[in-house]
Formats: sequence, C-alpha cells, structure tokens
Amino acid sequence: MLSYLIRRIVNAVITLLVVTMVTFGIFFAVPTITGSDPALLYIGKTADPASLEGIRTKLGLDDPIPVQYGKFLKGLVAGRDYANGADVTHCDAPCLGYSFKTEQEVTPLLISDIPVTLSLAIGAAILWVLFGVATGVLSALKRGTFLDRAAMTGALAGVSLPIYFTGQLALLIFIHELGWLPDAAYTPFLEDPAGWFTGLILPWVTLAFLFAATYARLTRANMLETLGEDYIRTARSKGLPERTVIGKHGLRAVLTPLVTVFGLDFGTLLAGAILTEQVFNLRGLGYQALTAIRQNDLPVILGVTLIAAIFIVVINLIVDLLYSVIDPRVRLG
Amino acid sequence: MSIGPEASITDERSAPTDDPAAERGSGEKAIAGRSLKQIAWRRLKRDKVALAGAVVVILLVIMAILAPVLTRLWGYPINEFHGDQIDPTIQTPLGAYGGISKDFLLGVEPGSGRDIFSRILYGAQTTLVVAILSALVSTILGGLLGLAAGYLGGWVDSVISRVMDFLLAFPQLLFAIALVSVLPDDLFGLDGRWSRVIVLIGVIGFFGWPYIGRIVRGQTLSLREREFVEASKSLGARSGRILFKELLPNLAAPILVYTTLIIPTNILTDAALSFLGVGIPPPNPSWGGMLSDALTYYTFDPMYMIIPGSMIFITVLAFNLFGDGLRDALDPKAR
Repeated sequence: MLSYLIRRIVNAVITLLVVTMVTFGIFFAVPTITGSDPALLYIGKTADPASLEGIRTKLGLDDPIPVQYGKFLKGLVAGRDYANGADVTHCDAPCLGYSFKTEQEVTPLLISDIPVTLSLAIGAAILWVLFGVATGVLSALKRGTFLDRAAMTGALAGVSLPIYFTGQLALLIFIHELGWLPDAAYTPFLEDPAGWFTGLILPWVTLAFLFAATYARLTRANMLETLGEDYIRTARSKGLPERTVIGKHGLRAVLTPLVTVFGLDFGTLLAGAILTEQVFNLRGLGYQALTAIRQNDLPVILGVTLIAAIFIVVINLIVDLLYSVIDPRVRLG
Repeated sequence: MSIGPEASITDERSAPTDDPAAERGSGEKAIAGRSLKQIAWRRLKRDKVALAGAVVVILLVIMAILAPVLTRLWGYPINEFHGDQIDPTIQTPLGAYGGISKDFLLGVEPGSGRDIFSRILYGAQTTLVVAILSALVSTILGGLLGLAAGYLGGWVDSVISRVMDFLLAFPQLLFAIALVSVLPDDLFGLDGRWSRVIVLIGVIGFFGWPYIGRIVRGQTLSLREREFVEASKSLGARSGRILFKELLPNLAAPILVYTTLIIPTNILTDAALSFLGVGIPPPNPSWGGMLSDALTYYTFDPMYMIIPGSMIFITVLAFNLFGDGLRDALDPKAR
C-alpha cells in the first residue's frame, strides 16, 4: 500500500512536470519560432527599445527556453527574484510569475478564482451523479417501457446539446422570461449561502445535464449487463427483497466502472467550466484562462493549466484509491 | 489444444509455395467480411432511427456542398449588410422572430443585418469538414498507434499507453485553445478561413486519437493471441503483413463505429472553439461564432441563438443516432 502510494505520487509529479513543460513549450517556444516577442506582449507595441530590453532582462526572456523553464520551476518551489540591475522584484513561492497585462502576481490572482470554479464543479458533479445514476438504474429496471425510452431519448438529446446553447436557453427562459431566479452570479458561500445557491443553480443544472446524460446511458448499460449475472439470480432465488438485490448487489458492480469515468471526466469538466463560466459570466478559473489566452497573457495561462493539472492528478489518485474500497477484487500494487 | 493437427494440415498445404497461403487467407477474409457486412446491413436497414440519422447527415452534407448554389437561389451573400432590416436604435431585426420573411428565410443577424440562412449554410461547410476530417486524423493516428501498442507490447506499449492516459485525462479544450491561439492566422497561402480549418483539423484530430487508440489496442491484444495470427506467424509472415492483412481487417468494425461516434464530439469541440473565439475567424460564418455573438442579443432576439444552436443539436444528434445504430448493427453485444 505505502509503496503503491509512493509510486503514484512520483508518477503524479512526473505528469505535472510534463504538463508544465508542454504548456511552457506552447506559449514560450511557439511564439519564438513564429517570430512574435513575449516582451512585446508584456509591454505593448509602442514601447521604446530601451524599456523593451529592460523587460527582457528582468523577466529573463533572453535566456534559452530550457533555462527559462528551469527558473520557472525554481520559482514554483522556492520563489524567485526578477532583477534588472538595481530594480528587483521578489515573488514568493509558489511563484507563477506576473501577469503580462495587469502586472499582478499570478498566484494570488488564481487562488481567488478557485472557489468559483470549485463551487461550480462540485455542485454540478453532485447533481449529475445523483440524477444520472438514478435515471440509468430506473431505465434499466423498466427496460423497454415508455419511461425507459423517454429517459434514453432525453439522455441522447443531452449528449447532443452544447452547453453554450442550453446555457443561453436556460438564461432566457428562467431568468429573462419567467423571472424565477436572479442573474447567475457567484456569491461566496460563507457570506450568503442562499445567494450562493440561487446564483449557481442554473450553471449547475446546465453543466450537469450534459454529464448526467452520459452517466444515465452508461449506468443503464452496466445495470442491464449486471442484472444478467448469475449472482443476481442467486440473490433473487435466496428470496432477498428486490431492493437489496438492486441496491446492494447490482449497484455495487455498476458503480465500479462509473468511478473510473468520474475520474476521467474531470478534464472534460474543466472544459465544461470554461464554457459555462463564459455563458453565465462567472469569474472563475475558466473565465480567467480564456481572458488570458485572448490577451496572450502567458504566465496566467501557464498557472491555470498547472492548477487544472494538479486538480486532475489528485482526483485521479483519489479515484484509484476509492476503487479498491468499492471493488475488493481490485488489488493496489 | 487443437493447434497440433491443424498446424500439420496447413503445413502440408502451404509447403509448395507461399501463394496458396495468401490466396486462402484472402478468400477466407472475403467470405467472413461479406457475411458480416450483410448481417450488419440487414440489421441497420431495420433500425429506423439510425436510418433517419443517416438521412439527416446526408442532407446536411448535400446542403453544405451546395451552399453557394442555395445561397444564390434563396439567400444573400454571407457578408452583405442589410441595414434596412435592422432597428437603428436597439440593433435588432425589424421583423418578428428575428426578421424571418420570404426574403430572409432564417432572418437576419442583429446589428449588421446579414442573411442567417446563407451564414448557416457556409457554417455547415466548415463544421462538417473539420469534424469529419479530424475524425479521420484521429482514426489514422489512433489505429496505427493502437495497433503498434497492442501488437508490439513491451516498452512501445507502455509509452503509447501512458501518452494516451495523459491525453485522455487532461483539459484538452485548454490545450486546444492555447495551440490554436498561438498559431499564425494564415498557413500554406490559404485564406484565414481554410487555414484555420486545417489548424482545427490538426488540433481536434490530435486530441481525439487516444479514444480510438485505446479501443484498437485492446482489440489487438486479444486478437494477437488468436490461432489465425499464430498460423500466419508460423508460415513466416512478417510483422507488417500480420498487422495490416491479418489484424486490421478484423479491427475494421470497431474502428468504423468509433470514427462515426467521434464526429459528433468533434462538431461540439469545433463549435466550442468558435464560440470561445479561437475557431473560424470572423467575418467568416460559423455556428459557434454565431452563438457567441448571440450572447449579446439573446434577450432581445432569441432566434439568433436558437437557429445555430438547433443546427448544432440536429447535426450532432443525427451523427449520434447513426453511430449508435452502426454500433448495434456491427456489434450487437455492445448494446
């Protein structure tokens, strides 16, 4: 168990290094190849050559890319100093550099965005797991009935609907036409739990709908397969009530593959978060990432990617550990 | 088990030359292939929902191909402004339902008064080209790398599998946005629209290959141990021959199914990228771009959001229905 954990953590660190390397490559190496200058991005096209040179020295943009990457990693672990002669700026660990556009430190900027995206993601995840699994199980039990067909048609529609369309429809119907909800907005939970809930309910439902559809289809297929297994027949012939057969014996086997999918979906969830935050105008990590990409704000993009990667790696580790709890046949090693 | 006697029979038969073995191999495949195709085709013909999906897909493709003709017949050039159709104070179309009339079949764009009908048609062109060609890129990459991983095993397998896991778990959209936004606007001397199409095909195709690669790898792993591969090996067939003549035909069905099923995902990704402003550059029309513009106007002119949104929905649904039907027809166990 301990050696497994250590191996997984080493793997996770390697993965994170690769992610930062790839992102770093995309944003610092590709512009160099295609001939655009990061220093120009930082200071604007009107800058005079002297201040441009100053920026270049201060941010270390004259160094070869691997050296720049090394400095970035050092900043992450131990903090770093940006120096141009006497002009020194210190940036504490974990240092992600300074935004090219607002000149703010990236780390606090992103940390303030995390609660928004996390609220969005967790709320949506709870909704989609509950709703998706329930629909799938019901559909499998009532196979071939009207309910099953209606649910599966709904699920297929759900997989085929883009968030940026359903989101706008939801905004139009529930906020603009019916006026049931206030505008979608993020209020910190500790300040106003009710406001937090009503402000986020529409983004949650929109984001969850897409995933719930996939989960419903998957749960249904797995449930049907499981119901055909011998041990279910055994459980039934022992005279166990149907509730126990489905809830205890059936659902357990159904959940195992779902847990894997759940772990994998966090990458997709982030993509969903970018789109959802865009539609509902929520200032989270996804919104920040997009703004940064549009403005070529390299340090911010790098920071968001790194945070997303850490999030996904950690979730996947948790999922793999959970796996052995749910399915005792799985041995970690 | 039964390898002994069978092997001796094959040995006798193929002893004189290599040719009979080749003929026998291809003959066997032809019979098996035909019958599977026939069974699948019969199943598919009975599946009305899948056929409906196929019909819609074909209609959409025809529409996209005939876009210039249809525009001349019933529309206006994509970038022609019609200020007379727009309310000058609030910038929304004058007519009801987004300005739908017999001149403007799907109404006009708020703000500029451009014809939505022709913009939808031209948007279909880029969306379908990007979605289908990127699915091909994913299939080729995924097929080759999946085959290599499954057949060669060892370190090749672990490297490819690790890369696949990595790509599957990571925020692809973020990387895609990043990549598209740093690449230059025009490539290979093409205009902004088609050079961006090429970039999108490359990026979406690249991020899609692990989905197919995983399936091909898994299937290859189990096929590799089957008797016909062993037979082929014992006849002295080279790896290339075993991979492409023995294994690949057996993988055709799953590859076909997953290529079809990856197209709708690609349509959504393509539209998402355009929605986020890194897809097809304006003023060229794209469905995602229209939805992005609609964010400004949806409260006053909901039709401008509903039309491209419904187009995406219909297209994706049609491909999904057809793909599901194809999967059920080719592999009823997967149902």
